[in-house]
Amino acid sequence: MKKRADILAIVPALNEEKAIGHVIKEIKTLDVPIDVVVIDDGSDDCTADAAQKTGTTVLSLPYNLGIGGAVQTGFQYAVQHGYQKAVQVDGDGQHIPKEIPLLLQAMDNQNVDVVIGSRFLGKGDFVSSAPRRMGIRIFQGVNSLFLKQKITDNTSGFRAYNQRAIAFLAEYYPHDYPEPESVILLKKNGFTMTEIPVHMRQREHGQSSISAFRAVYYMIKVLLAIFVGMFKKQIKR
Amino acid sequence: MMQLRVQIVTVLVGLVLLGLIFQLIRKNRLLERYVILWIASTGLLLAVAIWKQLMEKFAQFIGIYYPPSALFVLAIFCGMAIILHFSVVISQLTKQNHKLAQEVALLQADLKNLEAKLYKK
Repeated sequence: MKKRADILAIVPALNEEKAIGHVIKEIKTLDVPIDVVVIDDGSDDCTADAAQKTGTTVLSLPYNLGIGGAVQTGFQYAVQHGYQKAVQVDGDGQHIPKEIPLLLQAMDNQNVDVVIGSRFLGKGDFVSSAPRRMGIRIFQGVNSLFLKQKITDNTSGFRAYNQRAIAFLAEYYPHDYPEPESVILLKKNGFTMTEIPVHMRQREHGQSSISAFRAVYYMIKVLLAIFVGMFKKQIKR
Repeated sequence: MMQLRVQIVTVLVGLVLLGLIFQLIRKNRLLERYVILWIASTGLLLAVAIWKQLMEKFAQFIGIYYPPSALFVLAIFCGMAIILHFSVVISQLTKQNHKLAQEVALLQADLKNLEAKLYKK
């Protein structure tokens, strides 16, 4: 596809043939001119075809790299085609494309490199169980401790990046637990960020990658990744 | 007597391992860069197994009463070093592998784009 806008929506998708078309349509009908690239992370179903049908560029990874590798491919595409801003929107429909302009506005108004859409800031329509809320609290505490900035939703994948951040992440995006790790990585390398409240939908199709019992295990691994991230050397650029 | 037996067994195992390593190199199934680690650790093990005083000194140094046990400790250390090295290599390979997959996806999109342009004209 030809480049039409200066903003790129990066949509990672794994087995989302039912949801992906709708997500793309929602992004394309926004008032802001925005190009869409879908990264098919080695899906078993017809995700790539469903996306292609809408006339969107699809980057098909030859095998599953995980969400980190998929999103990074999107950053690389953005660098290759000279996009000035990028918005990351999940292909499963949990993020609300109508709120993309809010992310972009916050980036301009507050003059930051990264804007994160947070479920836990104000809007308060996010219902979750007690253990999950506790986990979120722990993440918030650890983050505040390390970052000296309150980040309420470091696992949110609904984000906007400017060109500087895109170029950096195309090179160094973390692969294992990309959302929380990248917050640390970016902060450590001198990028500024802010959060704005957003809504998130319950998943339209498919299941979240985190089930109740695995949540604790996931949290321990992420915390470990965050600690490791804190000890990593700053990347010389 | 027991001590001598352990020494003999260790030397035999070490020699078999060395033979195996050389065989793998000869058949081109082992990259030279991994050979050094294996030969160094096997050599170390052999040296300590043959040279009794060295074994006793080493055992005393790390606080083992029964010197032949030091052989096992040494073997485990060598094994751990090699495994750690492999984790580093695997991490590197994983990174390269990811990069390659991403490159393929990007090139494929470029190709499709070019084809579309070509057939339009």
